[in-house]
Amino acid sequence: MNESELLTRARSEKIFGSVQKAARAQGVPDIEVMIAAGSSALTRFANNTIHQNVAERGAYISVRALIDGRTARANSNRFDPESLRRVTQEAIAITRLQAPDPDLLPLPRPQPVANVHRLFTSTAAATPATRAGAVRDAIAIVESGSLTAAGIYSTNQSAFAILNSAGLFDYYCETMAQFSITAIGADSSGWAKESSCDVSALDTQALARRASDKASASAQPADLPAGRYTVILEPAAVLDLVGQMMADFSATAVEDGRSFLAGRPHEKLFGENISIADDVYYPAQSGAPFDGEGVPRKRLALVEGGVVGQLAYSRQAARKAGTEPTGHGLPLPNEYGEAPANIVIAGGDSTVDQMIASTRRGLLVTRLWYIREVDPYQKIMTGMTRDGTFLIEGGQIAGGVRNFRFNQSLVELLCNVEALSAPVRASGEEAVDMVIPAMKVNEFHFTEVTKF
Amino acid sequence: MKALAQNALDAAVRRGISYADVRVIEDRERHVSTKNGKAGDVSISSSIGLGVRVLDRGCWGFAATDDLTPDGLEAAAGLAVEIARASAVAKKHDIELAPEDRYIADWEAPCRIDPFSISIDQNLDLLLAIDAELRREPGVTLAEASMNFTLTRQVFASSIGSVIDQTRCVTGAGFAALSYKDNEIQKRSYPNSFGGQHQLKGYELVEELDLLSHAPRIAEEAVALHSADQCPEGAFHLILDSSQLALQIHESVGHPIELDRVLGSEANYAGMSFLTLDKLGKLRYGSGLVNVVCDARAEHGPGLGTFAFDDEGVPAHGTDIIRSGLFVGYMTSRETASAVGERRSNGTMRADGWARIPLIRMTNVSLKPGAQSLEEVFGGADHAIYMETNKSWSIDDKRYNFQFGCEIAWEIRNGKRVRMLKNPSYSGISTEFWNSCAAIAGPQYWTLWGTPNCGKGQPEQVMGTGHGASPSRFSNVKIGSAYE
Repeated sequence: MNESELLTRARSEKIFGSVQKAARAQGVPDIEVMIAAGSSALTRFANNTIHQNVAERGAYISVRALIDGRTARANSNRFDPESLRRVTQEAIAITRLQAPDPDLLPLPRPQPVANVHRLFTSTAAATPATRAGAVRDAIAIVESGSLTAAGIYSTNQSAFAILNSAGLFDYYCETMAQFSITAIGADSSGWAKESSCDVSALDTQALARRASDKASASAQPADLPAGRYTVILEPAAVLDLVGQMMADFSATAVEDGRSFLAGRPHEKLFGENISIADDVYYPAQSGAPFDGEGVPRKRLALVEGGVVGQLAYSRQAARKAGTEPTGHGLPLPNEYGEAPANIVIAGGDSTVDQMIASTRRGLLVTRLWYIREVDPYQKIMTGMTRDGTFLIEGGQIAGGVRNFRFNQSLVELLCNVEALSAPVRASGEEAVDMVIPAMKVNEFHFTEVTKF
Repeated sequence: MKALAQNALDAAVRRGISYADVRVIEDRERHVSTKNGKAGDVSISSSIGLGVRVLDRGCWGFAATDDLTPDGLEAAAGLAVEIARASAVAKKHDIELAPEDRYIADWEAPCRIDPFSISIDQNLDLLLAIDAELRREPGVTLAEASMNFTLTRQVFASSIGSVIDQTRCVTGAGFAALSYKDNEIQKRSYPNSFGGQHQLKGYELVEELDLLSHAPRIAEEAVALHSADQCPEGAFHLILDSSQLALQIHESVGHPIELDRVLGSEANYAGMSFLTLDKLGKLRYGSGLVNVVCDARAEHGPGLGTFAFDDEGVPAHGTDIIRSGLFVGYMTSRETASAVGERRSNGTMRADGWARIPLIRMTNVSLKPGAQSLEEVFGGADHAIYMETNKSWSIDDKRYNFQFGCEIAWEIRNGKRVRMLKNPSYSGISTEFWNSCAAIAGPQYWTLWGTPNCGKGQPEQVMGTGHGASPSRFSNVKIGSAYE
């Protein structure tokens, strides 16, 4: 499948034709239209029962006009002829109120975009009954360990088209499924989560077993003092933490002086075992292979062997820097320029089990929570461990520990990585899904301990 | 809209469910921003859609659609029922709702100046004037300013016969100056971070904030922070401005009192709460000065959590949460009220638009003003640290251990500012912090702040909440651990 019933290419062209006609009637030839349609369903459970179960279906159109160096955007979720005329007229009216921007570029012309097929019938066809059945079975696994289950099982389908009056027409559709589960004991908990475009790739029962095992193994947590520890961060923990710095690889953020990379072009900031790419074409990735103006995404080597490499450039940022756009621009107009969207961190040849076995004393961290930036240039982040934090002694898991607060510089962290696993598609709650390895990190800085 | 709501409700009721409600929502938004002398994001949006929530076979089902044709309404109602029936395969007990009365009501929040009557070029003129003022200060490397306006009309109809039509206008505005110099980024915002102040008002809020006159001071402070001393580490008396205290209330009181969180509904995502049911009426949450209410009524003020009825058709309530330091109340819903022995919901169910179900959400959770003057708050301790404007915020998943960073601080000696401090942060345990409250300034210093970005639920919902506070002093607070 490479076309979604929610929004076909033919319907996209028809809608664009209506908008273009309305714009020309106003004397405006330059117009860009984005159309998105989505259908999503989520079955949520807690206390070993389904307690919320929802579905939604919707679409929107976004019209951007360009008039003599001015631009602005109007959005609507109505697609009848009168609404399409109105949203076009509104976009034109507010565009005419702007001052001209000499840096605004004309609409991009079409460029070849690679086909990426990520729409799976299995996911699109999922029903409330199939989700509920899987949830019932997952709950049974957790309950059998005298634990309490909470989690979600979602299946979504989305389609997106961008067209402009310079002839550009990019189209993308995908499906996405997510399953996450928390197993809760009297004084401990465990968590597991995975996502995939193909729902049949999710082993919901295995995830339930993993969460249960973590909850059981972390019961009666010990109270350890805060301090610097060797930690093994599972992929979801790496994702949610390291994911916080990826927006800084934006040329506009660097130019604006709000990125920690400002003044540090091509510096060796991290350890030699750290290489980070932005690669929408990587098999375990998801997302459209073009950006908010319809420019095809390029593969970027953001960090190679610890050295800061390429940045993401929108068309406007690229023009300013005298380079080529990379296909990471955000829809215009905006203040942020561009952002990497499909992070892939190169892995190593270790496994989490090997990392544990090689650790004399340290901590295994399943998941991090409520991560916020403390210092934008040192890139110090704070947050908590959650749902499965373990003491490692003599190369073995010794038991659960109470959760810690950390204050950790990401620059320092990526200088202290001792071992990496093979990368996997990881899914957390604080950063978008990425392809990322587990990491063994020395000198990780925990500053406080909480009471559970 | 009322006809749409009624038709969708009829489509659900025809399917033999035990309860249903429908919300039809039409909204209109404008966002205008500037950055370094140019327009940034200038956009307008409108949407309309509806959500059908049904209770069938003891389980909830919900479906939302923007297809408002008769077929679209039928499909949404049918899907909601199908989902509820599917839920029954993993049911432990039947959901029962607390009783509620039938209401036929129309309510419009006060809005003195329709923000959509002010032209976008007027918005841009003001923002660009602020921008120019900020960049007049040498050392300001990035100036940002923005305004947001949202007008929302919601019609609620339920199978007990309620039809409630509410219109709310929310305005937000603010600006920030960044200064990047010598491997350090400093920032100051006015009147608050998160895009400034947000209230249930029209354009009059923009006028009241007097944005332009504050730009020179904010720009100067952003640059001066580079040469300020690092905030010291240690245990100090801490004075917080009302905007930072508002976020402290949000995180360490507002979230823990959500009864759905306490009962485990959010365990997989937002987490649970240290406020287990055994603590109600027994826990000494704060010092005797601390009185917190959860109040959605108009008389509390134009907060982001002010309305006439919640999204289950329950009238706005004012509920005591902490009374003279004692924990006395949770936020409840029709489904959860009985868990704490209440016969009726106290009206805190709110949904993020037509495509989401209502959840227990903060309305306006506010610290009532104290009796002290500002001089007593600042002068009551020989030596204190005063912090202003949130920069970072983090709290554990049971809402116990928190850490906040602020944009700026001053060392206070004998009530006077003696030096500026950069990179201030403080941390602690929720109940220990509130029990250390030593002074709360009076009503003349009380501000009802808007927090526009509160996340909860799966799929995630973003909600605006209100928090009133006045500057307050706390004793023996751990300061500076973020930079240990």
